[in-house]
Amino acid sequence: MTPATPDLAPDVSEEPLAPPPPGVWKRLLSNPLAAASLFVLVFIVLCAVFAPLLAPRGFAAQDLYNKHAPPSVAHPFGTDDLGRDVLSRLIYGARISLSVAVSVELFVVGIGLTVGLIAGYRGGWIDTVLMRITDVMLAFPDVLLAILLLGTLGTADASPASSMTLVIIALGVTGWPPLARLVRGQVLSLRKREFVEAARSLGATDSRIILRHILPNLLSPILVAITVDAAGVILAEASLSFLGIGVQRPFPSWGRMINDALEYYRSKPVMLVYPSVLLSVTVLALNFLGDGLRDALDPRSRKR
Amino acid sequence: MTMFDSAPVVSVSHLRKEFPVRGGLFAPKEVKVAVDDVSFEIGAGKTLALVGESGSGKSTVGLMLLGLLDITGGTVAFEGKPLSDTNRLALRRRMQVVFQDPYASLNVRMTVRETLTEGMIIHKMGDARSREARARELLGQVGMPVTALDRYPHEFSGGQRQRIAIARALSVEPKFIVLDEPTSALDVSVQSQVLNLLRRLQREGGLTFLFVTHNLGVVEYLADEVCVMERGKIVERGTVDAIFDAPEQEYTKKLLSSIPSLDPAKHRLAAS
Repeated sequence: MTPATPDLAPDVSEEPLAPPPPGVWKRLLSNPLAAASLFVLVFIVLCAVFAPLLAPRGFAAQDLYNKHAPPSVAHPFGTDDLGRDVLSRLIYGARISLSVAVSVELFVVGIGLTVGLIAGYRGGWIDTVLMRITDVMLAFPDVLLAILLLGTLGTADASPASSMTLVIIALGVTGWPPLARLVRGQVLSLRKREFVEAARSLGATDSRIILRHILPNLLSPILVAITVDAAGVILAEASLSFLGIGVQRPFPSWGRMINDALEYYRSKPVMLVYPSVLLSVTVLALNFLGDGLRDALDPRSRKR
Repeated sequence: MTMFDSAPVVSVSHLRKEFPVRGGLFAPKEVKVAVDDVSFEIGAGKTLALVGESGSGKSTVGLMLLGLLDITGGTVAFEGKPLSDTNRLALRRRMQVVFQDPYASLNVRMTVRETLTEGMIIHKMGDARSREARARELLGQVGMPVTALDRYPHEFSGGQRQRIAIARALSVEPKFIVLDEPTSALDVSVQSQVLNLLRRLQREGGLTFLFVTHNLGVVEYLADEVCVMERGKIVERGTVDAIFDAPEQEYTKKLLSSIPSLDPAKHRLAAS
């Protein structure tokens, strides 16, 4: 269209600058579900971090005169079949679940981001090779592969601490392909964007483009992906421990506790309820927080 | 053959670009010719408009001139030297680009300050303080308040973003700027502001422009010479006056008649 009377048009932008939109935190907290989830998760994280201070007893301390004790002042959640304080075990269990989740996500981001970045940015045969490997990995059911790995590595005979390391490795090694795919897709679209072309036109090198232009734009999708994925990791760790090939006794993984409680589900069903509820709440909170983050971090939705 | 008295800043001869069109595994390799035998020169301080419908290859020519896209055949010379002989980084300082969509051409994770100083950092221009001063000066040049420095792109309107994109192009003090549909994504009222800005910047800085557009309506205002492209070839060229007053090709006439006019005597709606 022809601009009307161009000579009269001012060449200074007369529009006032809009006030800055609310930040990510504000937007996240204005979502009630996400805010509640964040609150729950912060609480669980604090419990896990300060477990030795908060737990009334050690996770393996036995009180053999008080097996299967009902809730009391000394044992707010009662004791289990070996006379161990259930509350203490749940608190230490949070420590195990969360450290496994965080360590696995570090693995997943380390491998997934590297593979996805190289495949997406380089393209060509490197992309083809990396993505076919990713496809093969994706074709295996994760937990099955982890079971296979743990069976071969022999967690059942390992010490509790090294069994935990093995679980982290098994879940990390099997868990990266979805993130690699996500990152590759994002990089493929980002590197064609005009702001990347503009940076190239300014003389930016590949490493500058990746570090300053592509990576910052990947942060939010990755953050959302690993938040939701962490829920899956916590479930996977619980499943493996439930099957007896995950974190070994006497470490109090929630999955392990569910397994131990199974034997007494008729006489002492509450033993089953505590770890299960905690597991579900944590997993749900991570999922809700992931959804909330997705909305809060999307710059396009800031105009609302 | 140049129409200008000044020496050409950019000269393009027999430029060609083919894109491979891949068939199946056993299908013969096919190519699509996007740009075919394009030649032109742009004199210092002048503006050449490259006009054509979408798909005519005009943006491809712009990208090849900038060295952002490989050339299949022909040569591009910048200030008398072929692109391939020029130091890449030095070249990046001398020619810049302004894209069509200011929503896609700014990195949403960078503040205006980071966007404006990036080129200066790449080319090691000045120190942190002089770069800051230059960023402020650039904002002034494009008619934006300095309070914009700490803002992110999503806080601005389309016209304001385009001003920032123009300031970024100017940040490395180029001689030549490819304007790839710089006003097409903007509101009509903002288009004229941006055109005015570009014309003023050209006058002040002695800049040379390649103005790529599908809109002949904005050409008149900024360009000295016009090349009309159709399906990868230049079908007509001439000064703005010649093209507007006496177009020879049917294609050019079609493009001209598609300019909407506010003057009821010149054009009437087909229905009335």
